[in-house]
Amino acid sequence: MYKVKVFITLRESVLDPQGSVVKNSLHSLNYNEVSDVRIGKYMELTVEKTERNIEEVVKEMCERLLANVVIEDYRFEIEEAVAQ
Amino acid sequence: MKFAVIVFPGSNCDIDMFHAIKDELGAEAEYVWHDTESLDEFDGILLPGGFSYGDYLRSGAIARFSNVMKEVVKAAEAGKPILGVCNGFQVLLEAGLLPGAMRRNETLKFICRPVQLKVENRETMFTSSYQEQEEIMIPIAHGEGNYYCDEQTLAQLKENKQIVFTYSGTNPNGSLEDIAGIVNKKGNVLGMMPHPERAVDELLGGADGLKLFQSIVKNWREAHVVNA
Repeated sequence: MYKVKVFITLRESVLDPQGSVVKNSLHSLNYNEVSDVRIGKYMELTVEKTERNIEEVVKEMCERLLANVVIEDYRFEIEEAVAQ
Repeated sequence: MKFAVIVFPGSNCDIDMFHAIKDELGAEAEYVWHDTESLDEFDGILLPGGFSYGDYLRSGAIARFSNVMKEVVKAAEAGKPILGVCNGFQVLLEAGLLPGAMRRNETLKFICRPVQLKVENRETMFTSSYQEQEEIMIPIAHGEGNYYCDEQTLAQLKENKQIVFTYSGTNPNGSLEDIAGIVNKKGNVLGMMPHPERAVDELLGGADGLKLFQSIVKNWREAHVVNA
């Protein structure tokens, strides 16, 4: 069993309007040291072991559904979980 | 000519679309549920606006994997006219039938009002009843209509005259190059954020959308009906 954490954000080249608004709000709270905010999605997947390579499977899931690679970047972390 | 109005869980402009076709245009239309296995009996496919699958994950991302979408891809390959409006446009983008993606509106607000559009290309099966560069009023209603594509794709869109409608007044959502609607390279799949089906009756504020549907029928008849 694996615990997979998937992080999805808008690509660097794509303007993130939510991020800009939150950055401005942080500035209005005097956190002027904040130079950029990117807002994204976080997903946790619990995945059974199969004969397929887990990295390959997660990458495929990201490309096909979880992220829209036209505008989004993704990265993931895979942890092996001990069955309860 | 018989149209299919595809209905996903969460579609909410399907009735307007049906009304536009049946009552205003006077063509045949049928509602088609998203798990339908075949669209063979239909000549044109309409993907209406709304919030299919609650816009979960991304607008259109889940609908794109429904059964009927395999059939929509088949119909697109067969050259049938396919129109996606608003959420329907988002589904077509997610399905890869049109290039690019939607971002949230620049203002982060849901915008619902009539906007001025310019017909950038009237040499399509969807726009031949308009004049070149004709200015029309069509309502928009969306929170994610901020069209984006990379530079290479944009260059291709321009080269192939795939940009069909642009916002000619103020750009309401921040879309790239004021893009409001695009067709695929072959010219038989149109995606647009504005709602032509909501502009088919002067009584309800304008009928500039009707010519779009009339164009589809006219071109279909010329191609399929003898002595049309």
